[in-house]
Amino acid sequence: MLRKITTKLLLVTSLSLFSINFLLAQEGHEAQHENHEASAHEEEKFDIGKMIMHHISDSHEWEFAHGLTLPLPVILYTKQYGIEVFSSKRFAEGKGVYNGYINNHEHIHRLNPQGGIDEEVHVWDLSITKNVASMLLSAVILIVLMSTVAKSFAKNRGKAPKGIQSFIEPIIFFIRDEVVIPNVGPKYEKYLPYLLTLFFFILINNLLGLIPGGANLTGNITITLFLAVLTFFITHINANKHYWLHLVKPEGVPTLMLPLMWVVEIAGVFMKPMSLTIRLFANITAGHIIILSLLGLIFIFQSFAVGGVVTLFTLFMNAIELLVAFLQAFIFTLLSSMYIGSAIEEHHEADHGH
Amino acid sequence: MELLTPAIGLLFWMALVFGILVFFLKKFAWLPILSSLKEREDSIESALRMAEETRAEMAKLKSDNDKILAEARAERDKMIRDAKGITDKMIADAKDKAVLEGNKIIADAREAIQQEKVAMVSQMKKDMASFSIEIAEKVIRRELLDKTSQEALVSSLISEAKLN
Repeated sequence: MLRKITTKLLLVTSLSLFSINFLLAQEGHEAQHENHEASAHEEEKFDIGKMIMHHISDSHEWEFAHGLTLPLPVILYTKQYGIEVFSSKRFAEGKGVYNGYINNHEHIHRLNPQGGIDEEVHVWDLSITKNVASMLLSAVILIVLMSTVAKSFAKNRGKAPKGIQSFIEPIIFFIRDEVVIPNVGPKYEKYLPYLLTLFFFILINNLLGLIPGGANLTGNITITLFLAVLTFFITHINANKHYWLHLVKPEGVPTLMLPLMWVVEIAGVFMKPMSLTIRLFANITAGHIIILSLLGLIFIFQSFAVGGVVTLFTLFMNAIELLVAFLQAFIFTLLSSMYIGSAIEEHHEADHGH
Repeated sequence: MELLTPAIGLLFWMALVFGILVFFLKKFAWLPILSSLKEREDSIESALRMAEETRAEMAKLKSDNDKILAEARAERDKMIRDAKGITDKMIADAKDKAVLEGNKIIADAREAIQQEKVAMVSQMKKDMASFSIEIAEKVIRRELLDKTSQEALVSSLISEAKLN
């Protein structure tokens, strides 16, 4: 078991190492490209902020490296023009303009006949972006992985676990016994499928984000907000009267203090999903920004010595990011369990878990 | 603030994909996995419980055996003790009886001896009387042979007897 984990860890570490080389190559290519451009046009300096933003933001195409780009479908809906589906390649070919639409820094607008942005037309952008593609990939990985494990369970009924099953099973056990049961309480079974999906979804996307060229899905506020709001809804739909009563009239609070407590309690209710959203988003995005900044130093200083030191630092950061990938998935699941648990708790003990 | 603005398209796909994922994984992964985990846990637990029960039963059996053994031992001791008591009593009884019998025999013997003695004494008396009579007869007969002495005696006797 330990050996297996060690092997896996080594594999992931070597992948991270590969990611550095990959990024180096990529940036090198970019820098060369820019140098080439710089000689042709006016002086264009390496903009580290732009590079980082480009890497952590969503985009309509999946760029693994310069010249190695996977075009993704662009799906647009406008009330006036209906649904439009075309490849993101068209934007690349048309320098960001295709069929009356303009891709302005990954925001798609409708052009008016004069060539300006038509403010009248609201474009609903339902494209399969890099993040959506990565999410679909993670969903496929999860479904294949988990149905394999489920089949393995069915096959080894009443026997010791085997293969991938013995890797996933302790994690499921851990989530169930250490995270969900102690925090949600006796009625945990109803919430366990959601919380398990939550954990594995965040984990797999955190890990996919660490792979070179991977999308920064769990570092995207839309995703973390969605998950946090989902937990918020599950918590409040299932909340019992103790929970609501605690919000309206906390025990042992003087009547005069009640209005203040309402403010505090209601702030607390909305603070929980906010903190969930921002914690995951900030942790993952910050990790990516740190790694990208370190790598950016190489192109700012353009020195081998800096390159060497930065490579070591980036290796170290990647190891930390691996830890964070597991940790943040765990924390999100743990806090979701605690929020759900505090809302469905039967006996009302002195729980001011905020 | 580009990073902090949620994107509608991504939200739409996320809701769709995550919803499908939760539904699919719940149906085809979590519920089967969790049920077999539970099944295995239950079987392990029941096996452990059974082992515990068996152990308790074994201990109970052993204590029962010990109890039975102790009981048997006590029974045996009691039997030996009882037998000894009976034997002792029998011996004592026999002794008592023997003494009694002996005493009776002795008493009988004594009585017999007494009777014999009485019989002998009476016989002796009888014999002595008859002897005495015989002797007396013989003496008398001898005396009577001498007439003069007879007459002397008679005359002496008459002279002695003062007739009134």
